[in-house]
Amino acid sequence: MAKTFSIKRQPGFATIAMFCFFLLYLPIATLVVYSFNSGSSIAIWEGFSLRWFQSAWNNQQVIEASVRSLQIAAVAAVIATACATLAAIATTRTAPYRGLTIKYSIINMPLLVPEIVTAVALLILFSRVKVWTGYSGLGYLIVAHAAFCIPFAYMPIRARLESMDLSLERAASDLYASSFQTFRYVTLPLLWPGILAGLMLAFVISLDDVVITEFVKSGGQDTLPTYMLGQLRRVVTPEMNAISTVFLVISLAIVTLFFFLSRTPQKDNE
Amino acid sequence: MHGIKKWFGTFQAVDDVTLEIRSNEFFTLLGPSGCGKTTLLRMIAGFELPTEGQVLLDGTDISRLLPNQRPVNTVFQNYALFPHLTVAENIGFGLKMLGKPKSEIDSVVKDMLKLVHLEGRGNNPVTQLSGGQQQRVALARALAPRPKVLLLDEPLSALDLKLRKSMQMELKRLQLETGITFVFVTHDQEEALTMSDRIAVMSTGTVRQVGSPWDIYDRPAERFVADFIGETNFLEADVVSVSGDRARVRLSSGAEISATYPDGVTPKGKVTIVVRPEHARLGPPGSGVLEGVLDDIVYLGTDNHFHVKVDGGGTFIVRQQNAKSGPCGFSEQERVSIAINDDVAQILRD
Repeated sequence: MAKTFSIKRQPGFATIAMFCFFLLYLPIATLVVYSFNSGSSIAIWEGFSLRWFQSAWNNQQVIEASVRSLQIAAVAAVIATACATLAAIATTRTAPYRGLTIKYSIINMPLLVPEIVTAVALLILFSRVKVWTGYSGLGYLIVAHAAFCIPFAYMPIRARLESMDLSLERAASDLYASSFQTFRYVTLPLLWPGILAGLMLAFVISLDDVVITEFVKSGGQDTLPTYMLGQLRRVVTPEMNAISTVFLVISLAIVTLFFFLSRTPQKDNE
Repeated sequence: MHGIKKWFGTFQAVDDVTLEIRSNEFFTLLGPSGCGKTTLLRMIAGFELPTEGQVLLDGTDISRLLPNQRPVNTVFQNYALFPHLTVAENIGFGLKMLGKPKSEIDSVVKDMLKLVHLEGRGNNPVTQLSGGQQQRVALARALAPRPKVLLLDEPLSALDLKLRKSMQMELKRLQLETGITFVFVTHDQEEALTMSDRIAVMSTGTVRQVGSPWDIYDRPAERFVADFIGETNFLEADVVSVSGDRARVRLSSGAEISATYPDGVTPKGKVTIVVRPEHARLGPPGSGVLEGVLDDIVYLGTDNHFHVKVDGGGTFIVRQQNAKSGPCGFSEQERVSIAINDDVAQILRD
């Protein structure tokens, strides 16, 4: 075999790659390691212990913030995914027309608008709404999270719809299925992995949001990330490391699941 | 009696086509890619709407109905089987959408599996089937609701040659057993000749000729049809006289032969005639109607193709079957004569 160009064979490739991985993952590795520290320092290793995991588990504020985070993420992800599914169907199951690209851009805009701008805008809007309605519950956070999660949920669903064979839907309608039946019995079952992937992505994105939550939340509405941010301003103990480690594990699990779900379209084609 | 007539005016892909497809017949739309045959099929199915004109089924205008409102089913080129459903669920899909009771669906699915020789495969996922099996599931799925018309959009093009041959027989058998009208689209002339009761040859959005396989092959009305189906020889000739359905024409060599001509044409003056290579015979000089030099002999196993350079210009191909083993008796560059059998020459409209 003649040698083709391969980046892998360039001098120094391995070294540079290892260095990059090292830089990327060293801080995270340190964080994980020190979450098992038995001492109360995040820099001096004093022995292995699970005491900080236990301490976090017994910390009422941590539990409350976690539950709140999960509640917001769950509801916001479902809302975002529902909107994204409808948007994806509307933008893929139509003949291309003038303005379709603009629609794509509008749907994906939250990815490009600086988060701080969205945060400030929502803060101003919601403060007005609060005055008018007097409502100050978790609804604001849920709506805010749903809003910025839509493009994340939209992407995998749209990808799935675009890779779907259009003649399947045509075949269904040829076989006496109304447009609703076609959606119910053909499009939706085939789209399901995409919807789940979108849901999980939205869930993870909502779970670790800090900026928008920090601006929109009312008193006593800390989510886990904003609670941690607040704690870090005072005293830093390996308890933060322990919470972060748990967070990391959950995120990794969800992302892994996302990976496997979004792989299915290729399997279908085999 | 059931008939479909369509008039399409000023449509880009299909230009003013009127066709009548009879009940229970195997009708083929044949033509090169881009001739509008698939568009025509999709208008019968309801995936496209005609700009002008009507699609009539048993005298009822169905041209504006949605695909799910037409008693017409399609076998798609890529089969379009539902990958998330089993073989049985695929076949039963149409009946389920029609709201038929489960017991009826089950019994029809069972019959269909038997009809396409897939007994016992009902619970398999369709993705695990071979190409030929998927093809049969697609057929069963489209036949299960007993449509009035079954549309087949080049369903054999993805199969290899052997499988395609056996599926041709299979399709013909299914059509006879079910008595359903089949409308088959293909660009493969052999497929069309083998299976069809009648063929419509299409080109650039128009129907050039409609007729039985024999009509299309032996009595082509125009150059496009003659050229598209099989191999053929075109000769210039002068009309000498016309009597009944025969005309006498004089060839460039001065010899006269009799020729048939298409309906609605009165042959006169200079015309083009066609003669199929297998309808001519090679002989010693002076024995036939055209003289020339044998330019090339192409051996094809079952038969030989003799390329003859005709005196006065042009090449004429004669095809003779190798009925006996051994040399063909002619050699290249030899002077030969071509005899044309009676009633095989056809005068073209154009």
